[in-house]
Amino acid sequence: MAKTQSLHKESIGLKIVIYVVCIILAIASVLPFIIMFSNSMRSTFEIQQSSISFFTKDPIGNLAKNWKVFNGKSFDPATGFINSLIVSTGTTVLAVYFSCLTAYALYAYEWKMRDAFFGLIVGIMMIPGTVTAIGFYQAAYKVGMTNKLMMLILPAIASPNMVFFMRQYLQASLSMEIVDSARIDGAGEFMTFNRIVFPLMKPAIATQCIFTFVGSWNNLFVPQILLTKKEKFTLPIEVSLLNSDIYQTEYGSIYLGLSLTVIPLIIIYALLSRYIVEGVALGGVKS
Amino acid sequence: MRNKKLVSYGKFGYIFSIPFILAFLVFSLYPIVYTLVIGFTNLEGLNPKNVHILWNEPFKNFIWVLKSKLFKKSFTNTVTIWIMNFIPQMGLALLLTAWFTDRRSKVKGQGLFKILFYMPNIITAATVAILFGQIFGFPSGPVNATLMKLGLSKEGYDFQLKPMRIKAIVAFIQFWQWYGYTMVMLISGVIGINPEIFEAADLDGANRVQTFFLITLPCIRTIMLYVLVTSLIGGLNMFDIPSLYAMNHGDNGGYTLNCFIKDQAFGPDNFYDTAAAASVLMFLVIVALSLILFFIMRDKDEAKLKKLKKQQIKMARARKAY
Repeated sequence: MAKTQSLHKESIGLKIVIYVVCIILAIASVLPFIIMFSNSMRSTFEIQQSSISFFTKDPIGNLAKNWKVFNGKSFDPATGFINSLIVSTGTTVLAVYFSCLTAYALYAYEWKMRDAFFGLIVGIMMIPGTVTAIGFYQAAYKVGMTNKLMMLILPAIASPNMVFFMRQYLQASLSMEIVDSARIDGAGEFMTFNRIVFPLMKPAIATQCIFTFVGSWNNLFVPQILLTKKEKFTLPIEVSLLNSDIYQTEYGSIYLGLSLTVIPLIIIYALLSRYIVEGVALGGVKS
Repeated sequence: MRNKKLVSYGKFGYIFSIPFILAFLVFSLYPIVYTLVIGFTNLEGLNPKNVHILWNEPFKNFIWVLKSKLFKKSFTNTVTIWIMNFIPQMGLALLLTAWFTDRRSKVKGQGLFKILFYMPNIITAATVAILFGQIFGFPSGPVNATLMKLGLSKEGYDFQLKPMRIKAIVAFIQFWQWYGYTMVMLISGVIGINPEIFEAADLDGANRVQTFFLITLPCIRTIMLYVLVTSLIGGLNMFDIPSLYAMNHGDNGGYTLNCFIKDQAFGPDNFYDTAAAASVLMFLVIVALSLILFFIMRDKDEAKLKKLKKQQIKMARARKAY
């Protein structure tokens, strides 16, 4: 009896520790963004006086003032937003469609080079685009393809990570009987894939869409190398401009600029967070 | 008849793979080979003339890079920052995993906690870097303002002044962005463990700590190694946060490998040759790491099955011949 009571006490103590730590961590996750949003509605003078106070006299007026600071300067969130949207959407569509197609080729057909090809995909999965950036830039420069958003989108056709994931998914969920019955009904191979297999892969496609989109939206290194014209800048490049000297003392507008780049992601996350967190686990290799 | 049909379908395997292969050749393989080639040339400057392969001393660029003090510094910086971020990250992720998957004390609100812990991971790293630059700003950023208010510091800390401070902040930002991801991965590993193992441990009278260290940890070993190696590869490629938070402050304390490569190639002198050589060196390290990972993660059962099949075929052939 005494023993169970002490055990009980111990578990209550542990529970308190767990909740305290979790709540602190949760605050740490959110606080920087709260500071950012609140300071974007405060004037630079107010921020200099006190950067942690959430007090402001005139939020709307300050917001407008902070916004005005961008005008005539290099930071242009609207252009960055549109370019990022084009690149991320294009990347996601191409990566998802062609990864499914390649995964289907690996799963549904018996062909000589299949195992070698799959080995190659696994082998190149880990190589990040950054290590080939110099060659990529030089090749693009020679054919006059720098400053083309296309050059950031087209490489997505070969996304080894996603092919690997989609093949695992097909192996677990697609039975060849469905494909065979489509064949009996006279559907061509390409039509079978488009009309039957591709729609069946929806759950896997959904999670991969989110990750590809967010990954492409956040990418800085390669776009920064490839894009030199202002009107082609993506959002992360625009953000990096906020670091330059002309904004050094314009705290309010820096916070506003940062907020503008975060809002779309926060909205996406608020809507899809459940799938995102589950998707991470799905993407993890089976243990 | 049936065999014929199989063969005729097989060609679609090739046809459907064509887009991937073409894109891979043009956008991945060609740049890899081209980077390698540039590493052996004297490609420098915006309008390079007389570019040729250095036949006399082919490894000139590689030797220059390996001898370069800045390269050595960027390498040690990168590794130091990665270690400073990864050890606490794995530690916290393991602790949270132990708490969240404990069968006796069910933590309420787990779903919400997971969502909040993972959130920093999806935010643009460039934005995060500049935001933390503001938050740790000197002398009046929110952190310094708080420290002064609490009387912990009189004039505040200039977090960008000394190399070690910069490394600590960059490592902290990485930690803050990634521990949630690592936790979610580890939890998915624990969920995959057969519950009967835990029941057996219960019956044998193992307590919480014993169960975690003797059962859970060994069972998620593979997923931990996966996280380790992918994190190491990502860590070698660290760029956005160091370049935007640290810039050229604090005696280059946050100068990473990718900063080195980018500055070589796109700095005022455009040393594409040495930048390419540095890329190739990094590439070799990543390939080695990937091979280790591949070796660890290989499907042991499948490999055994293949071996068995081969043996059977051999035996069948031998029998036929006999």
